[in-house]
Amino acid sequence: MPNDTDKPALNGTPAIHAEQLSRHYRMGETLIRAVDGVTLTVGDGEFVALLGSSGSGKSSVLNLIAGLDRPTSGSVVVHDRDLAQLSREELSRYRLHTVGMVFQSFNLIASMTLAENVELPMRFAEVHRGKRDHLAREALARVGLLARMNHRPSELSGGEQQRAALARALINRPQLLLADEPTGNLDSHTGTEIMNMVREFNQQLGMTVVMITHERALAERYAQRLIFLADGKLVGDESNSPANVNVSVRGMRV
Amino acid sequence: MKLPDLTELAVRNLRESLLRNSLTTVGISVGVASLVAMLSLGIGLQQLASRRLMKSGLFDTVVVTSRRDLRNFNREEERSGPAPGESRILDEPTRQEIEHLPYVLEAYPDIRFITELRYEDKPHLTTIAALPASAKSNDAFETMQGHFFSSDMAPEAILQKAFAEELLGKTPKPGLDETNVKELAAPLVGKELTMRYAQRQSAASTAPSANDKNTASPDESLDSAAYSVVSREQKLRIVGVADLDPESMRGPTRARVFLPLRLAETLHVMQPTDLREISRAATDQPVYSSVSVRVKNPAQIRTIEDTIKKMGFNTFSILDATRSLQQFFAVLDLFLGIFGSLALAVASIGIVNTLVMAILERRREIGIMKAIGASDGDVKKLFFAEAGAMGILGGLVGVALGWTIGQVINLGTNIYLKRQSLPAEHFWSVPWWLVGAAILFAFIVSLAAGLYPAGRAARLDPVQALRYE
Repeated sequence: MPNDTDKPALNGTPAIHAEQLSRHYRMGETLIRAVDGVTLTVGDGEFVALLGSSGSGKSSVLNLIAGLDRPTSGSVVVHDRDLAQLSREELSRYRLHTVGMVFQSFNLIASMTLAENVELPMRFAEVHRGKRDHLAREALARVGLLARMNHRPSELSGGEQQRAALARALINRPQLLLADEPTGNLDSHTGTEIMNMVREFNQQLGMTVVMITHERALAERYAQRLIFLADGKLVGDESNSPANVNVSVRGMRV
Repeated sequence: MKLPDLTELAVRNLRESLLRNSLTTVGISVGVASLVAMLSLGIGLQQLASRRLMKSGLFDTVVVTSRRDLRNFNREEERSGPAPGESRILDEPTRQEIEHLPYVLEAYPDIRFITELRYEDKPHLTTIAALPASAKSNDAFETMQGHFFSSDMAPEAILQKAFAEELLGKTPKPGLDETNVKELAAPLVGKELTMRYAQRQSAASTAPSANDKNTASPDESLDSAAYSVVSREQKLRIVGVADLDPESMRGPTRARVFLPLRLAETLHVMQPTDLREISRAATDQPVYSSVSVRVKNPAQIRTIEDTIKKMGFNTFSILDATRSLQQFFAVLDLFLGIFGSLALAVASIGIVNTLVMAILERRREIGIMKAIGASDGDVKKLFFAEAGAMGILGGLVGVALGWTIGQVINLGTNIYLKRQSLPAEHFWSVPWWLVGAAILFAFIVSLAAGLYPAGRAARLDPVQALRYE
C-alpha cells in the first residue's frame, strides 16, 4: 500500500467531505466495522478512484456518499448538505437529483425497455411526459443506444447495458457520478469504452466521479486521485496523472 | 410519482406476472360477485315484498274499529283513550265523515258474515266478505280466472280457490300438487249460487210484515233500537275463481266468497256485531264493526291515523307491520352482506400474498428504484397502485359476474315458477349504487390489503436489496 496519506489541498468548494465517517454492522455477536473513521474530501469535478480488496469498506463508503445508507457516526457533507441530518424523504430527493449511480451488475429493470429504464428517474422527479421522452432519447443518443431504445436489457450485451445504465445515471443532471466497479462484468475492450464515457462525463459535464475498483491499472489510467481503503480505514490517498487527460479540467489537481 | 405514471407502472408490473395476478384478480372478482349476488338478492326480495305490499292495498289502508269493540279492550291505545262507554259508534255518518277527511280516497265498511250458499242444491257454510270496486287492482286477483265484478251492484260472486274445490267436491290432498285454478274455474264460472242470509230490518218498518224471526231484545222499551231478522235468498252468478286469499293479511276471519260492496250493503245482512249494537243503536243507519280507509299515499297514513284516533276510534295500519319488515330486511341484507364479504376477505388475503410474493421477487427492483431516487412514498404508492388496480379490475369483473349470476338465477327461477303456473317475478335487483359501491368496496379492501406489503416494500433497505445477485 502506498504511504502517501497527506491530504492534497483543494481548489474551490469540496463536493464531498467525510469527517470521521463510520458505519458499523452487528452480525450476531460480532461488530463489523465496515467503515471506521474515514475522513476524506473530494473536490468539485474531481475523478476519484476508491481502491481496496473486497471487504475493505469501499462499497460501504460509496453507499454512505450515495445516501443509501446512514453513518453510525461521523458525517458526510455533499455540496453543503449533511446527509446524516436529512430525512428519508430528503435523502431520496438527494439521490434523485444530486447522485447518479452505476453498478457492476448494471441494475437495469428487466421488465422495462431501455427508454423506460432511462426515463424512470424522471418519473420519480415528476418530469412532464413530453420532456421526459425528449431527454431519454437525448441521453440514449449520447451513449449510442438510440436505435435500441425499445429493447429490453436482456436483449443487449453487457457493454450496451452499462451504457444504458450510464444514460440513466445522467438523466436528472446530477453533480455526482458514483460508480461501483462499472467494468467488473465487462471484457477489457468494452470496459475501456465505458471508462471513456465516464471520463467524458467528468470532463464535459463537470461531474464529480467517485469510482470503486480493485484494478489499480484502471484507476491509474482514468482517475486523478487514488484513495486506498483497508478494513474500513483510509490507508492511502495518492494524486495521479491519468493518461490523455486534458489538464484544464475544472477542479483537477496536478 | 404522478398518478398516470403510477397506474402505468402498476399495470405493467401486473402484466409481468400475468398468471399470478390474474388468479388474484379472479379471487377478488369471485368475492365481489358473491357480495353483489347476495346483496342484490336481498334488495330484490325486499323490493318484491314492498311491491307486493303496495299492490295488496294494505300498505295504504287504515282499518278503523270502534273502541266499544271488546275484542280490542286490552290494546294500548285503549287505556289512554276514552272509556269504551263514551266512545263513538262506527256508523254510516261516521264513515262519510272519515271519507271526507283530506288524503282519504275511500272509506268502506268491512261487511263480513257467515251464511249458507247453495250450489246444485247442496248447502255450503262459509264466510262471505264484501269487496269495494277498488279491490280490482289487488294483486290477489292477478291470477284470477274469470273476471272481476261487472259493477258494484251486480249480483255476482268471486270464489276463493278452496271454496271452489269444496263446491266441486274436490278435497285437496296434502302432498299432492294443488289443483290448477283454471281447472276449477272452467266448470264454475257462469254458474249460479243461491245465498241464504238473514236480513236485518228495523222494527219500525218491518213490524207489520214478515216477522218470523224476531230477535229477543233485552229491553222491549227501546223500541227504536229493536229490529227484526228476515230470512232472504239472493241469487249470485259466479264470475271468477281467485287463487289467493286477497285478505290473507287481514287476520283470521278468512272469507272464501266475495261480493260487490254496494250489493252487500243493500242486502242489510245481519252481522255478528249487530247484536252488540242493539243496546245503543238508536238509528236506522247501519253500524259497522270496522271501516277500511284507503289513503292516497302511504306517507299520509300516520296523519290520517292520528286524526281518526282523535275522533275516538281505534286504528290499525299495516305500516307498523312494514316497519318490522324493513327491519327484517335490514338484518337480512346485513347477513347476506357479511357472507358476501367473507369471500372478499379471503380474496384480500390473496392480494396480501401476491404482493408479498412480488416484493420478494422484486426486491432488487425496489432496491434499484430507491438507488436511482425513488422515495419510500413512491415505492409505497406503486404497490398501492398495483393492489388498487387489482381491486378495481376485480371489482369490475366481479360486478359483471354477480350480475350474470343474478340473471341466470332469475331466469332459472322464473322457468321453475312458470312450470308451477306462477307468474314470473323479478326478485333479483342490481341497483346502480350497488354496482358503484361494490367496485369501491373492492378497491378499498384491496388498498387495505396492500397496506402491509406496500409498507414493507417502502421500508426495504436498498443496500441489502442490491447486495446480492
